Amino acid sequence: MSSIVALTGNDAVGTAMKHINPDVVAGFPITPQTELMHKFADFVANGEVDTEFVLVESEHSAMSAVIGASACGARSMTATSSCGFALMWELLYVAASCRFPIVMAVVNRALSANINIHCDHSDTMGGRDAGWIQIYSENSQEAYDNTIQAVRIAENPNVLLPVMITLDGFILSHTTETLNILDGKDVRDWIGEYNPKRSLLDIKNPFTIGPLDLQDYYFEHKRQQVEIINNSYDVIVEVGKEYGKLTGREYDLIENYMMEDAEIAVIVLGSTAGTTKEAVDILREEGIKAGMIKLRVFRPFPYKELREALSNFKVISVLDRCISFGAYGGPVFNEVKAALYGISSPPEITNYIYGLGGRDVSVEDIKSVYYDMKRISEGEKVKDYINYLGVRE
Amino acid sequence: MSKELGWKKLPMGGIIEEAGNASSYETGTWRSFKPVFHPEICIQCLFCWIYCPDGAIIVEDSKVKGINFFHCKGCGICSRECPTKVKSITMEQEM
Repeated sequence: MSSIVALTGNDAVGTAMKHINPDVVAGFPITPQTELMHKFADFVANGEVDTEFVLVESEHSAMSAVIGASACGARSMTATSSCGFALMWELLYVAASCRFPIVMAVVNRALSANINIHCDHSDTMGGRDAGWIQIYSENSQEAYDNTIQAVRIAENPNVLLPVMITLDGFILSHTTETLNILDGKDVRDWIGEYNPKRSLLDIKNPFTIGPLDLQDYYFEHKRQQVEIINNSYDVIVEVGKEYGKLTGREYDLIENYMMEDAEIAVIVLGSTAGTTKEAVDILREEGIKAGMIKLRVFRPFPYKELREALSNFKVISVLDRCISFGAYGGPVFNEVKAALYGISSPPEITNYIYGLGGRDVSVEDIKSVYYDMKRISEGEKVKDYINYLGVRE
Repeated sequence: MSKELGWKKLPMGGIIEEAGNASSYETGTWRSFKPVFHPEICIQCLFCWIYCPDGAIIVEDSKVKGINFFHCKGCGICSRECPTKVKSITMEQEM
């Protein structure tokens, strides 16, 4: 049973959390996530969920609390943004290494300094090495859908890894969109019961979590973790298909838009994918064979899908809503290039850093990226591989 | 030294499945000083047993019998806490 509603992104994820009805949620506010937790707090106060809602004193504590809860077999969730995410950083590694299937919503916001409350991807990009599965949402529908799928992905016995789903701060979190939501019972039936193999509360079967490793075992534990996150590849695809059966909306690692006969393409994550689709439609009317790949899943990185989709392109451009200072280009640019290294005729790959601190990116801006690619595909030499879209010189 | 496991054989998530298995891990090799027990001076106050952070003082029938050298790390707390004027536990260089 589904219904069409008009909700902000924050309310959509808060509603998804209500439908999931987790055992424990730890909450600490930070703009632009705050209203997500407010929404969920309303559900708690009104008795619409059975969740143990723990108000903690910082995001570091929020992650600690959900780790502790998860260790005791509770289905645990939290949400944060930007500096709050950064404050949890040391614990992200603990959550992933100890294999806790925690689900967290991150409302993407720029990191300080200077203090900026608006959207960019520097927060979750900063946590890309921690071992979490990372799923980016293009719109509120995806934010709702991804939150629910995240529970199934995280708790899959072959995965048992924490999953973060993102939504762009203010752009998605605070704007109202129409979306299809399910009802709580359908969601809970679909995600099923959480049946952890072990719990710290089971005193008859004691075990130790997160003990000391010396030089002789740490490396082996990390190598094991690599295998697990690589296994999650197939699980994410499978869950996406099953969600399609439940809702009619199927999800995959990447979304190809107008790629079948495209000659130039943009790789992009998050809400800007929506803007890019608009640009592609307009360019197609102008006779330009534009295409787009939206990266939905950033961790594990879908290198196989990208190699398959991009091996016959002359030029592609990667959009990064994040800078990696000191690197040659943004993080997505570097990972795409690494994925395509070694293919027989690699495309020319250019990078556009855009939208930092919530800087608006328009359809015209995206079209300019395609026009640049068109000129390069017609023989013009690449002027700059790393570009800054919309910055004032 | 016991044969070390490869990553494929390790339990998931770095957990230790056996309860209390620290007792089988030899930390005695970490010593640079070794406690020597002098039972003739000992007044059996059991302070050393109370303060030892590793439970390495052997007590039987409420009497200190000696040191568990498999676990003793040679921290010297037993000797420091011993209240007898001439210490009933002295620290000597580990050979």
